Amino acid sequence: MLATLVAQAAQLPFDKPTIDFHALAPEIVLVSLLALVILVDVLKLEDGRRFIAPLSGVAMLASIIPLVSLALDGADRTMFGGAYVVDNLALVLKAMFLLSGYVVTLISSNYLAEGDFWESEFYLMMLSSILGMVVMSSSRDLITIFVALELLSIPAYLMATWEKRNLRSNEAGLKYYLMGVFASALMLYGMSLLFGVSGSTLLTDINDAIAGGDSSTPIITLGIVLVIVGFGFKVSAVPFHSWAPDTYEGAPTPVTAFLAVASKAAGFVALINLVFIGFLGRADVVEPMMWVLAAASMTVGNLIALRQTNVVRLLAYSGVAQAGFMLAPFAVVGTNADDALTAVVTYLLIYAGMNLAAFAVVIAVSRKTQSGEISSFGGLFGYAPGLAVAMTVALAALAGIPPLGGWFAKFVVFRALASADSASGYTLAIVVAVNSVIAFYYYALVLKAMWFSDAPDGDTMPIRVPVSLVSALTLTVGVTILFGMFPGLIGHFTGNLQGLLAAVGR
Amino acid sequence: MKDFLNDWGLTTMVFLPLVGAVVMMLIPKAEEELHKVVALLTTLVVGVVGILLTANFDWDRSKDLQFVVDKGWIDVIHSRYTVGVDGIAMPLILLTLLVVPLIIVYSWNHFPEPHNPKAFLILMLVLDTGMLGSFVAQDLILFFVFFEVVLLPMYFMIGVWGGEDRQYASIKFFLYTLFGSAFMIVAFLALFFVTGAETFNMVELARLVGENDVARNTQILIFGGMFMGFGIKVPMFPFHTWLPDAHTQAPTQGSVILAAVLLKLGTYGFVRIALPILPEGAQWWAPIIGGLACIGIIYGALGCLAQTDMKRLIAFSSVAHMGYVMLGIATLTDFGINAAIFGMVAHGLITGMLFFIAGSIKERFHTLEIKRLGGLLKQAPYMGWMLGFTSMASLGLPGLAGFWGEFPAILSAYNPAEGLNVGLFRFYMFVAALGTVLAAAYLLWLYQRTAFGTPNEEFAHEHVHDAHVTEWIAWLPMLVLIVVLGFLPVLIFGMTSDAVQVVAQALGR
Repeated sequence: MLATLVAQAAQLPFDKPTIDFHALAPEIVLVSLLALVILVDVLKLEDGRRFIAPLSGVAMLASIIPLVSLALDGADRTMFGGAYVVDNLALVLKAMFLLSGYVVTLISSNYLAEGDFWESEFYLMMLSSILGMVVMSSSRDLITIFVALELLSIPAYLMATWEKRNLRSNEAGLKYYLMGVFASALMLYGMSLLFGVSGSTLLTDINDAIAGGDSSTPIITLGIVLVIVGFGFKVSAVPFHSWAPDTYEGAPTPVTAFLAVASKAAGFVALINLVFIGFLGRADVVEPMMWVLAAASMTVGNLIALRQTNVVRLLAYSGVAQAGFMLAPFAVVGTNADDALTAVVTYLLIYAGMNLAAFAVVIAVSRKTQSGEISSFGGLFGYAPGLAVAMTVALAALAGIPPLGGWFAKFVVFRALASADSASGYTLAIVVAVNSVIAFYYYALVLKAMWFSDAPDGDTMPIRVPVSLVSALTLTVGVTILFGMFPGLIGHFTGNLQGLLAAVGR
Repeated sequence: MKDFLNDWGLTTMVFLPLVGAVVMMLIPKAEEELHKVVALLTTLVVGVVGILLTANFDWDRSKDLQFVVDKGWIDVIHSRYTVGVDGIAMPLILLTLLVVPLIIVYSWNHFPEPHNPKAFLILMLVLDTGMLGSFVAQDLILFFVFFEVVLLPMYFMIGVWGGEDRQYASIKFFLYTLFGSAFMIVAFLALFFVTGAETFNMVELARLVGENDVARNTQILIFGGMFMGFGIKVPMFPFHTWLPDAHTQAPTQGSVILAAVLLKLGTYGFVRIALPILPEGAQWWAPIIGGLACIGIIYGALGCLAQTDMKRLIAFSSVAHMGYVMLGIATLTDFGINAAIFGMVAHGLITGMLFFIAGSIKERFHTLEIKRLGGLLKQAPYMGWMLGFTSMASLGLPGLAGFWGEFPAILSAYNPAEGLNVGLFRFYMFVAALGTVLAAAYLLWLYQRTAFGTPNEEFAHEHVHDAHVTEWIAWLPMLVLIVVLGFLPVLIFGMTSDAVQVVAQALGR
């Protein structure tokens, strides 16, 4: 019986896919070092623990090396019939994920070692999640996107509950998990509809199939809407944001940083791939939906953020608003896909730097104050001027004040919106403009506490900041300032992403 | 030398303060004297570079941009690092170069609470870079960046070293300005796309707007965006409400810098960017700007009459004086714009000086409530005389600098540019002239109440120190300049007139 089955299987036509090992090198390096982390943990147990965090950091940095060689090589590499593509966009995003992961490792190591946490497993989870993100950057096919999404989400659900004996952390993880699964289900349903219409899972084929197909417009529309809604949860766009503040507040702060930066960026990467390749032909469906999501996210996110008293919750709502800024270019994708793509990617890169900087300071300060309340930042400028300045840089950058990184991110968004030269584009630009003013008010709440208020209880003991945190801060603050003063630098990374659009003939 | 100035002069001048700030960051906080010396030296060297630039400036070609540097900056968005100076920017740069070191000298022994000279002076130097950069930038995006650089330092200066209500005042200042500049950047981008330009260069954009015949309505809308940005900064009625709060709460040094330079960024933006690039938009907006300017003049003056706090009074007088500047600009004539630039410099010197004196009075009497003050001439005669002198200058007495800012601005409204409603502008002229009477009233009344008579009971037996050495050093150059410019207005008009011609030509006259 078995023998006949095997014999039959051998008869089936099977094309061995050509595997470009150079193109897959980053993933391979990451997986091997991930395996090494498991081995060290299993074989050395307690003794190995101190090696795990540095090893994870090395894993991520080592994976960047093949990225550099691929970037120098410059050629776009396509594998598996177009499902997996390594182009400039993928390389830039992979580098961003790996570097963000590295920074999160830096800010977690002391936090985890000093608290009541499982350590080795944490890094393992994080590496797996990063692997999912790295895969996501290259995914150009519904199935690959879905696999990448689950690979990056499931470890993240676990990480949110990492503070095992803390009810809030459990709540955070459970909420995140339930919402995430719900979103996945919606998304899968949407994907199945799109597959039904186009008969292919490849995004380019989907674009070809749906671009002209007026006959099945309702189905296509439903499919697109459901997929976007699914990722709307992932990027915490209003009205799918309700999980974010609770999850962010309950989860251990380094995990929050990870979710707010890397995980959110992964959602955006999926949206980029889907919208700029798969749905580009149906801008008439995507644009209005994205317009509403963007406007709602920034307005609602900002208005709720105004009332927060906890820094982490404040950053959570600011993240919702920032997601709105990042969604805005999607609303003009039909008229100027090129500028819109550059805008989203630029925003993602800068956002990663400035938001991680903010979280690094929050972690450093909470080492002393054991609190995330805004009032606990009181008098910081007096007793820890370095941290206060770092936080000022991060928050001012998030608010978009030149010459710090955020201004350029906002600028390219404005540029993409204005380039559409349409009433809807300019209206959204005005909405963005008004919202960036509102946003400054709540960032200023933290600035005010740090600079203008006195330390609560008059406790002005200096804060001891461990080396790893200092390096994380130097890296992120440095990047934030550098990108702000010389935005041309970022142009090296985002200047030639058109390869993505070429796939669909733009 | 000449080569160095041509290639690096402006860049050195703009970024040297930033270098100084970085150096100071590395010096421990306790070395206060060292911080002061480094900050002062930095600004003095910057001043020397400025003087060298002035000396090498070709005055026969003051209408052209000189010391131009044009290097790639942000290629993705076609924005370049383009800097240069012409006759319009020159007086304002010189004003900045003068005022900042004087403020540092003044601060020497008078750092406001909570002290911390290190942070205070670092912020001052960052401000310096932002201000100088705004005046030399010839690329809209570069201008925008410098324009915004000044916000955070000023926010902290008001918020940390300010008075009672400093938190409210600082956030108000910030949000108002940010609101304006958000619209401004959208306007810049709209301009970029409407003209189809591959550049943000101001001169180039002005040319392209003319060439492509950008529709009048589009120009009006884009001008509206810029109006929000610059008008709030000036500040024009009805966006002026941040100014009295910011001025009153800011430390003396902050008030001086705000009055002397920061407000000019707005008016300079109109002259440098909005008018030449969007002539037809300017045409439509001119009557509105003129009207708001007149309301500002009268409203500011009436506001002054109602104030009980000396600093708040001076702040409201700023609203009125900037009204004259804006009226001059609104006439769209070279005469009016020349007057406006003179007005900017004069207001910078005079109101800056008034804030200096107010700050010193506050330090001695711990109050600026007018009814508690009095008899300053008896207790501190030099300061009393200086206050009198500056008040006279402020109300526009001929022979002092204030006159040349105010009088030609009013006069220019008699004969506004072609296409503007002459009757309306003559009405504006009448209103503005009325404003000078009110100005005389509130300034003289202020002087009378604070300087004449006998000292108030509560201070009568206190020893009040007259002007300190540092105060003399800080104030004398300003006082001298007020007189010199009053007698030789050609010093400024000579610098600006040719360059203003270019603006006026762009406006089609």
